[in-house]
Amino acid sequence: MATGIVERTKEIIGESLRGLGGIALMTLESIRSLLHKNFVWRELINHIYFIGVKSQSVVLITGAFTGMVLCAQTFFQFHKVKMDTATLAVVSVSMCAELGPVLSGLMVAGRVGAAMAAELGTMRVTEQIDALRTLATHPIDYLVVPRIIATTVALPLLTAEAIAFGILAGFVVGVYLMGIDPAYSWHNMAKYTSTVDVLTGIIKAFIFGAVVSLIGCYKGMNCSQGAQGVGKATTEAVVFASITILISNFFLTLVLNKLLA
Amino acid sequence: MIETKDIVKGFGRQRVLDGISLKIEKGESVAIIGRSGCGKSVLLKTIIGLMPPDSGKVIIDGQDITRLNERELIKVRKKFGMLFQSAALFDSMNVFENISFPLRREKRLSEDETKQKVAEALEMVEMPGIELKMPSELSGGMRKRVGLARAIVYQPEIILYDEPTTGLDPVVSDSIDKLILRICERLNVTTVVVTHDMRSVRRVSKRIFMMHKGKIYATGTPEEIFESKDPIVKQFVNGESDPKEVFFL
Repeated sequence: MATGIVERTKEIIGESLRGLGGIALMTLESIRSLLHKNFVWRELINHIYFIGVKSQSVVLITGAFTGMVLCAQTFFQFHKVKMDTATLAVVSVSMCAELGPVLSGLMVAGRVGAAMAAELGTMRVTEQIDALRTLATHPIDYLVVPRIIATTVALPLLTAEAIAFGILAGFVVGVYLMGIDPAYSWHNMAKYTSTVDVLTGIIKAFIFGAVVSLIGCYKGMNCSQGAQGVGKATTEAVVFASITILISNFFLTLVLNKLLA
Repeated sequence: MIETKDIVKGFGRQRVLDGISLKIEKGESVAIIGRSGCGKSVLLKTIIGLMPPDSGKVIIDGQDITRLNERELIKVRKKFGMLFQSAALFDSMNVFENISFPLRREKRLSEDETKQKVAEALEMVEMPGIELKMPSELSGGMRKRVGLARAIVYQPEIILYDEPTTGLDPVVSDSIDKLILRICERLNVTTVVVTHDMRSVRRVSKRIFMMHKGKIYATGTPEEIFESKDPIVKQFVNGESDPKEVFFL
């Protein structure tokens, strides 16, 4: 029994290290492709459209409703201590530095990370990636790099939209539903929301974009054979990307506050 | 020229290729035959560098490709065209985009020249005018022809066929065989066909390598192989099952 647990632990550690090594090598090869401009521009534009434009509705709804519920909850608590006009400041700082990038990252991981893993996984099991290689095309140049660039460009923009919509929706709820004074609310929001908060959110979104695309592409490119393999790769891409976003967010908050403050 | 020296390739504990050595001359037309799962497709993928061998050498025109990385292999692969068992067409692209893919990556031809080349390739595989069709709209035989058009459009020196007639009816299989012969004659390419379709072997190859248990078991002209007295070769060529082997348990 004890030997079984040890063996299983060894297996899990080995698998995790192999995965990390694989992602590191893929990142290295992607950087090389980027530096030598080997990637395909037309593919990049297609992916920016799919990842950026097509994800807008999901991200905007998430941002707006998060801003609304955050405003309502904050107001309920602040109203008890007569701090109503500080409500929007809390909404704004939270949306800029934490909720905007994290929730946008999670939504994009669900929508785009899953799609990447499923698409590349299907291409792998149907030998399309092998066909690409026989046609003298490096899969990293054609499949991976355009997706990584598109996600790292699109996610900060989506996050900015989510933050803006979240604050706007919070403002509407606070002012028109809760009856908070709009002038004081706006003043406090502008006073307590610093450039550092906005920058923190955008930098986090940039990093989360890279995390989602790297994990999605790696899982797809290395999925096992058959429909089950594609399914497993898709699930793992979303789960690993989401967990990585949540864990790295904590450390990024500490590091970015230290660096940008 | 294609040469392999003592190629060994395994998956887990199973050794699929166990010391394969063969030599295929420029312009030669050979078939690699053997029972399902004997490693024919793995050998083909090793030759083109899609699967690195565990040990041994693959030499293409005097260059050992086993030590090359993926980017270096790209240059070597420009000599190859490959038709996959499933055709492996890019399902998000139409026929024109599939066939023009290698030409567009090279960026040497104008749009009009690319269209001309694609039309010529489709003409050669007897499928003119289907440029705008999607792979999902094509039958199995049509997909293989389009896959072949994609493999020949940039005029490679070597064409590898991975089970080109598997899953096709005898009439379509016959037309694919004729197509392979025509391409071989017109383009003067080295042809390597992996198959277990014995009719096809007789038609398209001048020399046969038979694989058995991860090794090259027999080599010869089609006549020598088909008239062989060796029990294993005879059993395979005649398609006789061994009553001692239990396949369906």
